[in-house]
Amino acid sequence: MKNTEGFNFTFYLLIVPVLLWLILLIVLPHIDLFISSFQVDSDTGGKIFTFEHYATFFKNKIYWLTFVNTAAYAIGITVLSFIVTFPVAFYLTKVISKKYSGFLTLLLLIPIWVGELVTVYGWMIILGDHGIINEFLMYTGLIDKPIKMLYSNFSMVVGLLYFSMLFMIVPVMSTLESLDDSLIEAASDLGASKWTIFTKIIIPYSMPGITSGGIIVFMLVIGDFVVPDILGGKSSLWFTEQIYNEFLSTFNWGEGAAFGFLLLVISSFIIWIALKLTGQKLERVGS
Amino acid sequence: MSKILEIKNLTKEFKGFTAVKDVSFDVDEGGFFSILGPSGCGKTTLLRMISGFTPQTSGEIYIRGTSMKGIPPEKRPVNIVFQSLALFPMMNVRENVAFGLKRQKLKKSEIDIRVTDMLERVSLQGYEKKKVTELSGGQRQRVAIARSLVMKPSILLLDEPLGALDRKLREHMKIELKLLQKEIGTTFIYITHDQSEALVMSDKVAVMNKGKFEQIDTPVNLYKHPKTAFVAGFVGESNKIEIKGMKGDFIITKNGWKLKKKGLDFNPKVLYIRPEAFILSPTDDLKDITRFNVKIKTVLFDGSNTKVSAIELTSKTEILISLPQNAKFENLKEGDNIEVGINYNNLKCY
Repeated sequence: MKNTEGFNFTFYLLIVPVLLWLILLIVLPHIDLFISSFQVDSDTGGKIFTFEHYATFFKNKIYWLTFVNTAAYAIGITVLSFIVTFPVAFYLTKVISKKYSGFLTLLLLIPIWVGELVTVYGWMIILGDHGIINEFLMYTGLIDKPIKMLYSNFSMVVGLLYFSMLFMIVPVMSTLESLDDSLIEAASDLGASKWTIFTKIIIPYSMPGITSGGIIVFMLVIGDFVVPDILGGKSSLWFTEQIYNEFLSTFNWGEGAAFGFLLLVISSFIIWIALKLTGQKLERVGS
Repeated sequence: MSKILEIKNLTKEFKGFTAVKDVSFDVDEGGFFSILGPSGCGKTTLLRMISGFTPQTSGEIYIRGTSMKGIPPEKRPVNIVFQSLALFPMMNVRENVAFGLKRQKLKKSEIDIRVTDMLERVSLQGYEKKKVTELSGGQRQRVAIARSLVMKPSILLLDEPLGALDRKLREHMKIELKLLQKEIGTTFIYITHDQSEALVMSDKVAVMNKGKFEQIDTPVNLYKHPKTAFVAGFVGESNKIEIKGMKGDFIITKNGWKLKKKGLDFNPKVLYIRPEAFILSPTDDLKDITRFNVKIKTVLFDGSNTKVSAIELTSKTEILISLPQNAKFENLKEGDNIEVGINYNNLKCY
C-alpha cells in the first residue's frame, strides 16, 4: 500500500509540469480563441455572439478557394514525400549494412538541427535568379537569362518537401526495420515478382508507418507559414497567410480565430476521410 | 526409386571461409531426407543453395535431372518453410495459403478448391478468416507448411521449422509431419540440429559437420553403425574414451582399461560406448565381455530414459549408464556398488 502511495506522489510530481504546459499554453489559449471566433465587438464596446466569422469563410470565394488550394498542395506534397523517401528508407534499412545506415540516418537529421528558417534561406541561395543553379546553367551556356524559380509554387513545393521529408522517413524506416527479410524471401519463393513483393508485401507491411508519416507531413505542411510566405512569394495562396493577415494586418482577431479553427477541423476531417478510404485505423497507426 | 535431387560437388565459399565443401548426394523421390548437424555446420547454406537464395561457388544442383544453374528462387520447383515461418502478418490464413497460387494466375475457382483442400489436410478448416497473428504456434506451423505444399513443389525444404515450439508441441509436430509426408508423398528435405527430430522422422539422414557430410544413412544405421567419430559422438549419447594403443586383441585406454576387441584392422584413437551398451550385473556365464566394478554417483531419473552417472573404481573414470526400468534395478541409489559388463561388439573405435 505504502509503495503505491509513494509511486502516486512521484507520478503526480512528474505529471504536473506536463499538465501545466498543456493547460496554460495549449488548452486555455484554444478556448479563448474558440470563444472569440464567435464574437464581434458591439457599438457599445461589449461582445455579441455571432456566426459571422465562419460565414465569411464560406461566402467569400477567395477564402475557401485558398483553403482548397492549400489542402490540394498539402495532399500532393504528402504523396510526393512518400514517393521520394520510400526508396531511401528501404535502402537505409534493407540494402546497406547497419554500420552505414546509422550514420546516413544521422545525416538526414541535419536539416532539423539547422532550423526551418535557415534551410529556407539556403534554398533561396540555390534557387535564386543569381543562385547556384542559374549561375551554373548560364556559365555552361545552356540558358542566357536566369530561369525564374524562386517565389513560385515550384520553390514553395521544393521547400515544403525538403523540410517535411524527414517526418515521413522516420516512421517508415521504423516499420521497415521490423520487416523480417524472410517475408521477402518467402514471397519470392512462392513465385512473386519484385513488383508483387513491393505492392503485396512491403507496402502493406509498412502501411502503419506510411500512414503516421502521412498524417504528420500533411498537418505540418497545411499549417506551415514560413516556407509558403518566403519561398512562395506573393503568388502563393496559403491559408495560414490568410490567418496571419486577419490577426496582424486587419487586426480582426475573431475572423483569424475562426479561420484557425476551420483549418483544424477541416484538415482533421481530410485525414479521417483518407484513413477511411485506405481502410486504416487510427489506433494501429505507428504500431 | 528415381532420384529427385542430385547434388554434385557443391561448394560455397564466403569471404574467408568455406561454408559447404564439395558436398555430393542424391535424394530419392518421395523420401524424408534430413540434414543433421550442429549450428554453423553449413546446413542452412546448403538449403539456401538448393532453394536458389544463395548462389553456389561451384558444383551442380539437378532437380528431376534439370540443372538449376541460373534459375531464380521463384522459378524453382522447390518451396521452403522458413525457420521463422515468415507468414505474412497482414493477411489471413486463406490469403497466406493462396498467395503463391495467385501468382501463378490460376482461376479463382481452382485456387479456392486447392486452398480449401490443403487447409483440410493440415486440419485448419474453419480457420480461413483468422489472422495469422491470432494462431497458436502449432497452427502457424501448419499454415506455413500448407502455404508451401499447396504449390505442389517437387521438393519441400524445411529449415528447422520446429525450433520455436515448446517441447510437448515439438514432439507432437514431429509425428504429424512424418504422417503428413507419408500421406502427401512430396519429397521433404529437413534441416535440423536436433538429432531426435532427424531420427524419428527421416527415411535417410545426412550428418553434416564443418561443411562436409560425415555419413548418409538410415536413422538405425547412423545410431548403430556410426562411420566416423563425429557421428558416434553427435548422434545419441556416448561415453568417449581416449585410446593409448593395442596389445594383441586388447585395447589399452589412456585411463588404464584393458578391453577385449577382435578384428580391428587399424590403430584406433578413440572409443565410444553407448550408455545402453552396458549390461548391469552380468551373469558369470556371459562371454566376450569386459567387466568393471562401478560406484553409483548420481541417478539421473527421466522416466524410461533414466541413466546413472557412475565412477569406475580402479581408474576413477566417470561413465554414463542407462538404467533399465524394471524392478531389479529400481532401488539402485547413490553410493551403491554394482558390476557392469560391456560386449566387445559394442565398442565403437575410430
